[in-house]
Amino acid sequence: MTSFRTLLYKELLRFWKVGFQTVAAPIMTALLYLLIFSHALGDHVQVYEGVPYEAFLVPGLVMMSVLQNAFANSSSSLIQSKVTGNIIFVLLPPISYIEFFVAYVLASVCRGLIVGCGVLAVTWWFVDLPIRYPLWVLAFAVMGAAILGALGVVAGIWADKFDQLAAFQNFVILPLTFLSGVFYSIHTLPQFWQALSRLNPFFYMIDGFRYGYFGASDVAPAASLAVVAGTLISLSAFTLWLLKAGYKLRH
Amino acid sequence: MSNAICIREVRKRYATLQALDGVSLDIEAGEIFGLLGPNGAGKTTLISIIAGLARADSGSVQVMGADVVSDYRNARRMLGVVPQELVFDPFFTVREALEIQSGYFGMRDNRAWIEEILHHLDLSAKADVNMRALSGGMKRRVLVAQALVHKPPVIVLDEPTAGVDVELRQGLWAFVQRLNRDGHTIVLTTHYLEEAEMLCNRIGMLKAGRIVALDSTRNLLENFSGLTLRLRLDRDATGPAAGFPKAEVDGERMVLNLSGFAEIESVLTRLRETGAVIREFDLQPPDLEDVFVRVMAGH
Repeated sequence: MTSFRTLLYKELLRFWKVGFQTVAAPIMTALLYLLIFSHALGDHVQVYEGVPYEAFLVPGLVMMSVLQNAFANSSSSLIQSKVTGNIIFVLLPPISYIEFFVAYVLASVCRGLIVGCGVLAVTWWFVDLPIRYPLWVLAFAVMGAAILGALGVVAGIWADKFDQLAAFQNFVILPLTFLSGVFYSIHTLPQFWQALSRLNPFFYMIDGFRYGYFGASDVAPAASLAVVAGTLISLSAFTLWLLKAGYKLRH
Repeated sequence: MSNAICIREVRKRYATLQALDGVSLDIEAGEIFGLLGPNGAGKTTLISIIAGLARADSGSVQVMGADVVSDYRNARRMLGVVPQELVFDPFFTVREALEIQSGYFGMRDNRAWIEEILHHLDLSAKADVNMRALSGGMKRRVLVAQALVHKPPVIVLDEPTAGVDVELRQGLWAFVQRLNRDGHTIVLTTHYLEEAEMLCNRIGMLKAGRIVALDSTRNLLENFSGLTLRLRLDRDATGPAAGFPKAEVDGERMVLNLSGFAEIESVLTRLRETGAVIREFDLQPPDLEDVFVRVMAGH
C-alpha cells in the first residue's frame, strides 16, 4: 500500500506544484467560455423550461473542465516521464500494474474535481444554479473523470512524443467533448446528428451530470449512468490489460 | 557461493536486431562483476531485462532467487539500478525525490538512511535544491542515491562514469568499493577498461548479443594477453627483426608481443647475435584493453 500511496501522492504533488497551469488556467478558460457564450446566445436559446441559458451552460462547462483536466493529468504526466526518461523511477520499484493504474487515475480524478469545483465556485457569482440531486452530480463527475483519466493513461503510454499526444487530444478528446452537448441540448440538433451524439459516451456523462442540477435531461439518468459505468469498466479493463502486458513501457 | 543474479538462455529481438542471443550468466553474491562490450553489444538490453524494464522473448532471469517476471516484486526489492541516461524528475528537490523513491519501495520513514546516503555522496548541501538546478555530476550522484534508498543487496550501474569528471569518477568508485565491502553485489558496465580492470573480480564480455568471454579478471589478463616489448636499437631495426616474424618495425624501433617474461632472455640473446645494441627498452604488462581487442577480434 505504501507504494501505491506514494505514487498517488507524487502524482498529486506534481500538478499541485504547477497549480497556475493545471488548476487556475482551466478555471479562467471556463469563465471566458461562460461570459462569451452566455452573451452571444443567452437571449436566443432556452433549452429547459424556466432554465436560463447561462444556468444550462454552467454544468456543461464544469463537466467539460473535469473531463479535459482529468485527461490532461495522466496523459501529460506519462508523456513527460517517458520523454525525459524518468518513467524508470516508477518502473523499477515493485509497483503492481493495478497500483499504477489506480494511482494515475485517482490523481486525474482529483485534479478534474478540483478544477470542476473551481469552475463551479467562480461561476456561482454570475449564475443562479440549483443542485437538485448532488449525488448524481458527484457520481457522474467521478466516473467521467475516471474514464478520462484512464484514457489519459492509454494515450500517455501510446504516444511516443508530445506531437502524438496533442493529436490525440485535439482530434479525439476535444471533438468528443465539444460535440457532447456542453453548449446545447442534442434535441436541438437534426435527427442524424442526434443519433450520432448518442454514440458518444461523453454525451451521457454531461447529460447525466446536468440532470443532477436541474432534474431534467435528454436521456433518462439511469440509462446514462449505465452507459458511463459500462464505459468505465471496459476502458479500465483494456488499460489494465495494456499495463499488465507492459505495452510500450516494458518493451 | 550463492548466485545474486542467475541468467539462463535469455533471448531478445528488436525488429530485425537480435539484441541478445542466448545469454547465460551467473553473478555470484559479493562480487564486483564487469559487463563489457562495444556499443550495441546488448549490455543495456541485458540490464533492462534484469531490472524488469524489458521482457525477454525467452529464457529466465532471477535476482537473489526471485524470478524477474513471476516474482517481480521480490526481484525488484533486491535490485538497485543506476541508469545510463542522466534522468531526473524536474518537479522535485533531491530530498523529495529520495523520499518518493523510498515510498515506491514500500518504506514509510526512511529519513535516517536518506541522510546517510546524502552524506556519503556529498549531497547534503544540495538536499533541498530542485533537481533542475543541479549540475550533471550532481544529478549522477542523485541517481546513485535513488538506487540505494531501499538498501538493495544487488546494485547495477550502467555506465555510471560516462561523461563524468575525474574527481567524481574516483569518488564514485571508492563508494562502489565500499558498498561491495559492506556486502552488496555490484554489476557494472563501463567503456573505461582500466576501471573494470581495477574494480572487477570477474568480467563478462558481450558481443552481438552473446557472451564471448567470461572469467576472473586475473585469468583473462593471463590467458589472453602477453607482454608488449618496445625497443629502440642503434640501427635500422629491419635486419635484426628478421628473426622475429611477428615484430612490428618502424625505423630504429621495433615492437614485440611476448607470451611471458621467460621469453625476454631469448629475445635479447638473438638480438645480440645480430650485433644490434639496445638504446631504449620498455616492457608493458598486459591490460584489459589488449584482452578486449583480442576477444572482440576473435569473435
